[in-house]
Amino acid sequence: MTGSIRPVGPSRFWGWVLFVVMVAALYMIFIYAPTERQMGDIQRLFYFHVGAAWNAFFAFFVVFIMSLLYLKTRSTRWDVIALSSAEIGVIFTTIVLVTGPIWGKAYWGHWWTWDPRLTTTLILWFIYVAYLVIRSSAEGENRARFAAVFGIIGFVDVPIVFLSIHWWRTIHPKVIDATGINMEPEMVITLLVSVAAFTLLYFYLLSQRVAIETTGREVSRLRDRLRTRAGL
Amino acid sequence: MPFLKKVWYITWKDIRSEFRTKETMTSMLIFALLVLVIFSFAFNPTPTETKRIFPGIIWVGFFFAGVLGLNRSFARERENDCLAGLMLAPVDRSAIYFGKVLGNSLFMLVVELVTLPVFIVFFDYSVRGSLVALGLIFLLGTFGFVAVGTFLSALATNTRTSEILLPIILFPIIIPVVIAVVQATASIFAGASWSAATLLWVKVLVAYDVIFLVVPFLLFEYLLEV
Repeated sequence: MTGSIRPVGPSRFWGWVLFVVMVAALYMIFIYAPTERQMGDIQRLFYFHVGAAWNAFFAFFVVFIMSLLYLKTRSTRWDVIALSSAEIGVIFTTIVLVTGPIWGKAYWGHWWTWDPRLTTTLILWFIYVAYLVIRSSAEGENRARFAAVFGIIGFVDVPIVFLSIHWWRTIHPKVIDATGINMEPEMVITLLVSVAAFTLLYFYLLSQRVAIETTGREVSRLRDRLRTRAGL
Repeated sequence: MPFLKKVWYITWKDIRSEFRTKETMTSMLIFALLVLVIFSFAFNPTPTETKRIFPGIIWVGFFFAGVLGLNRSFARERENDCLAGLMLAPVDRSAIYFGKVLGNSLFMLVVELVTLPVFIVFFDYSVRGSLVALGLIFLLGTFGFVAVGTFLSALATNTRTSEILLPIILFPIIIPVVIAVVQATASIFAGASWSAATLLWVKVLVAYDVIFLVVPFLLFEYLLEV
């Protein structure tokens, strides 16, 4: 009996913390932060865009680490985290891919350009959707193992994708360059709070998803056992 | 038995079984030619248009045909439990991987060698540039594609949706090869065989090939567990 498995989601406390931080971030994004002189209000999308982007990359990094840990230890714990993180990462990447073109249309006049960062994000989305497809397509014990293998391959591929697209072409706005950050101090603070809110959201969703997945697996394990006992 | 000899035996087995039926190669060839025909309907190529899109078209044809071949590579081993037999062979799992990579690369190179002249004729394309450079690019590009493709084919074949899964998981991963090989081919065809641009893409391809030979080599045993 694996009595140790007691899936508990994030506590109420963290739910409230997340709520407060998100409200603060919204306040700062829409009221506290000054309006950008050239781009106008559309620039406020940037705070959501960067928050989601940073966490999407982080989520995929977590998938990579968890995949390595799974192959090494074969403990399903890591597999559950990898799966949860990949799903959240795909959602965050989708947010990035939706907010980017809206901003781009308003500022550049194009929905999309094939520049390295945009294109890499798009490819990233494809890679991790493929990762989720592998999970739903592989069966039994293969599922976690194949997913982990692809989680490693996919992550290793990302820098090469970025560099090859970079050599192919380049025009993303450089907000942060070698001389430092080209933003008003209020904007920087708002950005930091927004990134913090997204990061908290990531961990909150992750622990929720891990709890659901663990419970789901435990339920199907118990069901199988009952079936065997009933001789079905 | 030295490692390379074991690898060669696996490759030789694949070549022999392919030459008994010739089904994979035939499908790949016909498919590559079909892609050519479809493209000429889709783009209605004028001479200037052709000049621009030709390097891209041929590689799309090769990659699509390549996926067909890769799908068969491990699917064929499932019949009569050949994969189990292969795994029982007294060789390292990596020998199976390298053997398959070598075999699939040869199949794909043959397809490229046969269809490239046909592409050139049908698109009435005037080729310039050095043959050596072109050969090098074709070798590197094909090898990179096949190294990842063979690995993911082994993964896909053990899933419920094997044939449709492979392209979905393979194409996002080979984006660097697609960019590099098409750019390099374009710059060679434009007459700049050993220009800095060509060399940059050669470097990208070499780096990709090495990385995606080593990483699958390290991970391959996890795919063929029983």
